[in-house]
Amino acid sequence: MREQAVLIIGATSSVARAIAVKLAKRGVTLHLAGRDVHEVERVARDIAVRYQNPISWSSFEAQAYDSHADFLQKALMQLGYLDGVVVAMGELGDQQAAQIDFDQAQRIIHSNYTGVVSILTHVANHLEQQRQGFIIGISSVAGDRGRQSNYIYGSAKGGLSLFLQGLRSRLYKSGVHVMTVKPGFIDTKMTFGKPGMFLVASPETVATEVLKALRQKQNIAYVPGFWFWIMFIIRAVPESLFKKLKL
Amino acid sequence: MNEPSSGLEQTLSGWGRYPLLSGHLYRPEKVSTFTETLASKHHASVLARGFGRSYGDAAVNPSGLTVLTERLNRMLHFDERTGLLHCEAGVTIEEILEVFVPRGWFPAVTPGTKFVTVGGAVAFDVHGKNHHQDGAFGRYVQGIKVVLASGESVWCSQQENSDLFWATVGGMGLTGLITEVEFSLRPIQTAYIKNRSIKARNLDEAIALFEEYQTEYKYSVAWIDCLASGNALGRSILGFGDHADLSDLPVAQQSDPLNVSPKRRLKVSFDLPEGLLNPFTIRSFNALYFAKQLGQDIRSIVDYDSFFYPLDFLWDWNRLYGKRGFVQYQCAIPQETSREALTQILQLCSEKGWGSFLAVLKQLGAQEGWLSFPMPGYTLALDMPVRPGLWEFLEQLDQLVIQYGGRLYLAKDARLSAATFRAMYPKFPQWLEVKTKVDPENRFTSALSQRLQIEPVRVTAKA
Ligand SMILES: Cc1cc2nc3c(=O)[nH]c(=O)nc-3n(C[C@H](O)[C@H](O)[C@H](O)COP(=O)(O)OP(=O)(O)OC[C@H]3O[C@@H](n4cnc5c(N)ncnc54)[C@H](O)[C@@H]3O)c2cc1C
Repeated sequence: MREQAVLIIGATSSVARAIAVKLAKRGVTLHLAGRDVHEVERVARDIAVRYQNPISWSSFEAQAYDSHADFLQKALMQLGYLDGVVVAMGELGDQQAAQIDFDQAQRIIHSNYTGVVSILTHVANHLEQQRQGFIIGISSVAGDRGRQSNYIYGSAKGGLSLFLQGLRSRLYKSGVHVMTVKPGFIDTKMTFGKPGMFLVASPETVATEVLKALRQKQNIAYVPGFWFWIMFIIRAVPESLFKKLKL
Repeated sequence: MNEPSSGLEQTLSGWGRYPLLSGHLYRPEKVSTFTETLASKHHASVLARGFGRSYGDAAVNPSGLTVLTERLNRMLHFDERTGLLHCEAGVTIEEILEVFVPRGWFPAVTPGTKFVTVGGAVAFDVHGKNHHQDGAFGRYVQGIKVVLASGESVWCSQQENSDLFWATVGGMGLTGLITEVEFSLRPIQTAYIKNRSIKARNLDEAIALFEEYQTEYKYSVAWIDCLASGNALGRSILGFGDHADLSDLPVAQQSDPLNVSPKRRLKVSFDLPEGLLNPFTIRSFNALYFAKQLGQDIRSIVDYDSFFYPLDFLWDWNRLYGKRGFVQYQCAIPQETSREALTQILQLCSEKGWGSFLAVLKQLGAQEGWLSFPMPGYTLALDMPVRPGLWEFLEQLDQLVIQYGGRLYLAKDARLSAATFRAMYPKFPQWLEVKTKVDPENRFTSALSQRLQIEPVRVTAKA
């Protein structure tokens, strides 16, 4: 798989930054994008100083759907060619607030699902025509089963997983590979200082496994890998029992 | 999500694992949240913590929030012509070495471990083995961005806001949160050091050697056997060094002069039983160490890692001192009184059997920051496990140090009294004026600042 020019959306997330660093070390040309463009710029400069490879950046707003076509055109111009896209955006949000306030719920849905669908629509069409490339979508194990503690975030990620699955079969015949990544707990701001965290993986570990899975052309990659078995069990619990658990 | 308010409650300590304190930890992922944390005023007080390599209680804030800077490590700009690096405060010396040694640059000043952050290096104005020639870290800093208690971000340098600059260099994190630092690296031709190792039979010989070679070598240090007594008091091995030029390397190494292979890192991962480090084992260790070097004067070429960071190969060597932890007693003594003061200190150690596995003697040059530790003369560092009698013994040493016009290094301290501290740092009132101005409500505190009663002067309003 060609891996010379890559677009990373949601580049300020710790996992995206770690993936960007790993690609930069291989000499890949990068375009980074995210909502907090000042922070995107800092991440980009850091990579430019450390790895001395070509890098550009721009701002990306998940909910500004109208801007997405333009955004992609500009990124393409900067990159020259597009080998692949990593979409790592999304936010956990506040389930408690979202339960009583749809505006909150909508924000979670837009940043984790609708916004991703919008930009990937443009990306998919481009790569399909080009008949080559890859898409890595960062979903979550939370999308594998609805739980009372975070079903709004979970449902958006679950929707994203299904979207990517469909996209994968559509793009297969044009030689474009779509990979769904389902991370478990990662040592980021979402988990730091939260009680009851276990099996927390570093962003670097996750990045290494994601790129390894891409080389192996995996369809769905649980990272770290043992989350496959954890989710296998969690999915297997019958609903009649699951709804009684405090998960 | 994860507002600063939900900081993780944790037991914290410095590298010496004494004292153990509990505090709230928070780890922002971007500088902007670092700033918001302060603005939110959720916590009465705030303190930045780098890699926690200060020994005592300087990097712990038991009464508020301790903010980890480890993820604030973006390098923002590097000028290939001048060697000027502009980066966030959480970048470590290790990262700088990894990125820049292969490109022919080296930190102008580095402490004896590479696991420190740039923020921590500024906050304690750290010194290296080249202090007598090159001064401390602060000398190479072009500018610092500090977030003050008001939430305002201020750029300061030797020219601009220079009061804030000199109060922040060596200011122990008590003037504000350092978010960015611009400082210069020095060019090198190779990643190797020309090393010369000379045995000294006693303190007089050691000092004579330091003076003899002080202009010839950039780097110097002595390992002292602090349990030796009588004529052998202060017997030591002196290490001198300088960056090797290309032509100094054996031909085989000349083709790839800037890359050294990474070293394996070992872990201790358990606490040694207390009492293992007693005068007997220390005496034996030192005897072996000194016997190991056979020749009087040995020259070699070593890679920079082995020369500067011999302790870093054992990742958590601080556990060797057992559960109760240890303190490092590091004092600086002015040139004029060094010989006499050091003799007395070493005599006392040897008499009372308070030895140290690691006893290090270095030469120092001029001091810059207002609370910076160095002064022209010598510095001696002793590692002591915490056990009964230690505090009394160290108080005796304090008195000697004050009597000879010296001072203690607060980056290593966990026990000094407020009064002794004031006696040792004559520029403290000057520093306190700036602290009072930029942090009138004392929002930046640490266990150390509380112990040493460092707080802004309350000014009563005049009618
Ligand atoms: C093995 C070993 C060898 C050493 N050798 C030397 C030596 O040769 N010379 C020497 O001078 N020192 C030496 N030290 C001490 C060390 O260099 C200092 O303690 C240094 O300050 C540690 O940096 P840190 O990033 O770990 O900071 P911490 O220990 O985490 O913090 C130290 C201080 O810096 C402040 N600080 C950290 N980051 C910021 C920030 N972003 N903004 C504001 N304040 C901040 C903290 O509040 C605290 O007061 C050594 C330490 C060890 C463990």
